[in-house]
Amino acid sequence: MSNLPVDEAIDPLTVTGRPDGWNRPPLIEPDGEGELLEVAMGPHHPSTHGVFRMDVALDGERVIRLKPVFGYLHRNHEKIAEGISYLASMPYTDRLDYICPLTNNWAYALAVEKLTGQEVPERAEYLRVILGELTRFQNHASSIGFLIQEMGASGTPLMYAFREREKILDLFEELTGARMMCNYMRFGGCRVDPTAAWLDKTRKVVAGLYGFTEEVDRLLSGNEILMARTQGVGILRPELAVNAGVTGPMLRASGVNYDIRKVDGYSIYNRFSFKVPLGDHWDVYDRYMIRLLEMRESIKILEQALKDIPGGPVMDPKAKIRGFRPKPGEAYGRIEAPKGELGFYLISDGGPNPYRYRVRPPSLINLTVLEDMALGANMADVVLIFGSVDIVLGEVDR
Amino acid sequence: MKTVEEIKAAIEAAVPGAGVEIVPNPSVSGQHSLRLDPATARAVGKFLHDDTELALDFLSNVTGVDWPDKEIAEKVKVTRTVTKTVDGVEQSVEETVDETRKRVEPGCLEAVYHLYSVTRKHGPVVLRMRTVNRTGQVSLPSLTPVWRSAEFQEREVFDLFGIVFEGHPDLRRLLMWDAFTDHPMRRDYVEPDDFDYEPTAHDEVLARAQAHKDAAGQGTEAGQ
Repeated sequence: MSNLPVDEAIDPLTVTGRPDGWNRPPLIEPDGEGELLEVAMGPHHPSTHGVFRMDVALDGERVIRLKPVFGYLHRNHEKIAEGISYLASMPYTDRLDYICPLTNNWAYALAVEKLTGQEVPERAEYLRVILGELTRFQNHASSIGFLIQEMGASGTPLMYAFREREKILDLFEELTGARMMCNYMRFGGCRVDPTAAWLDKTRKVVAGLYGFTEEVDRLLSGNEILMARTQGVGILRPELAVNAGVTGPMLRASGVNYDIRKVDGYSIYNRFSFKVPLGDHWDVYDRYMIRLLEMRESIKILEQALKDIPGGPVMDPKAKIRGFRPKPGEAYGRIEAPKGELGFYLISDGGPNPYRYRVRPPSLINLTVLEDMALGANMADVVLIFGSVDIVLGEVDR
Repeated sequence: MKTVEEIKAAIEAAVPGAGVEIVPNPSVSGQHSLRLDPATARAVGKFLHDDTELALDFLSNVTGVDWPDKEIAEKVKVTRTVTKTVDGVEQSVEETVDETRKRVEPGCLEAVYHLYSVTRKHGPVVLRMRTVNRTGQVSLPSLTPVWRSAEFQEREVFDLFGIVFEGHPDLRRLLMWDAFTDHPMRRDYVEPDDFDYEPTAHDEVLARAQAHKDAAGQGTEAGQ
């Protein structure tokens, strides 16, 4: 079957296949007492954040196998994008990770700008950072809310998070015309210039955000139930996290210092001072804590950006956003989206449509390690572990 | 970070017989790539992962590209001998004419890998591999044993492009359902017409679905 040297070929009979170098924990074998139970969690389970299924094999309460099943929301975004112009895909990127439309816009705009070499005016860069960090804040806030919700604390924390998110969505609506489907960024800048009143309003909202993180911190961080449920659960070792391509808060909760805002320094992130929080227990609690700390760092960036934002155009006046034909070639652009590395890979053949358009979805790739984290855990903890990954199915299935 | 030329030299020094080819990228992004020979790809991957200077421990993106057969029309000058009647006498005369010749450049499927280094914080290094042709039975070696982040992404490429990754531990369809037989991201993909009637305004789609039903001898009423 294979033309590879024998010592490199993998025995196809190892059912779940775990060759050396995968850094996986050993599979747990059933203890032989009682029966195994197979549970299909989803696709309409309330904890799955949408339509997603986990086929779980249980020995008593312990998980011994877990296979994620995808594709319920698949609409072949990539094929559609290859049939339409570069600009026409921009509104469709909103629908990938519908909690964070603006960072999706940003990643796509960045990839196209890499392909064509368009310049972005300074004011537009500042605006992108402001909107990107607001997006990160509301994503992390709702992610924490959902996590606590899944622990059984129905309502309160999630509603607190949504109250804050709503303030930010109001800002998005005022600027872009839509709460979630913003379609705001363009190749070479942003679509509309915000008014001074909008910037003032944003400053006011940002000033109130720190209080929210304090509130969450006081309410949850020392909470006995939260600590009991999340500490030591769903441990992800750093070497496995890197090897499995995990990115974003999950990677940093595993103690790996890798933030694309610092590493690539894309846009104007090297102008701001902010820290990269890292976890040292690598568990669900650390993932919660990293998100909380990242929200505070986002506020720092927002304050600096809102103070320094210069005047000027928000669109490169020479930029051609419609009907352009990039030179043949390819580009991969990536940003630190709230959920991890969001990348767009574009190949141009000189035509008005991309020849190849690929989205690198952080939500899907972060799920690679779901089984590893869940092995040996209790069924009830699987919900928490899954919640701590923070995914959106619109992006997983594309 | 090392340039692609330096990486190519390092690979060739470490992996004997690795046929690495530089694929220049004319776009302003300047992300040139290295085309690997599938026979040695896994050894090269292992070297790139383990080498302390490159330390490409993070495989960010895996995707496929379909390059269909290309028909290239070329104008060639051809000299041929023709028999003409000149001044009432038949003679062989040589004349040169322009002729359009078509040749078909065979297509292939390509897998593209984007590597970064978390330890050294550099990248990307772009690797590519090509299949011999683009039939239904094409395979490439899987790089999942080296970088596990390829696990789901290679499944997706298998699903949407139909490249079989040999050595992948769990190669199943990822997004389409198991009974689905085609590969939608191929450029010559034709949508199936055997779906049920849906009340949409797309007359063309409706007509095709109806034609399929008629051919299959299943009732004529839409919606049945």
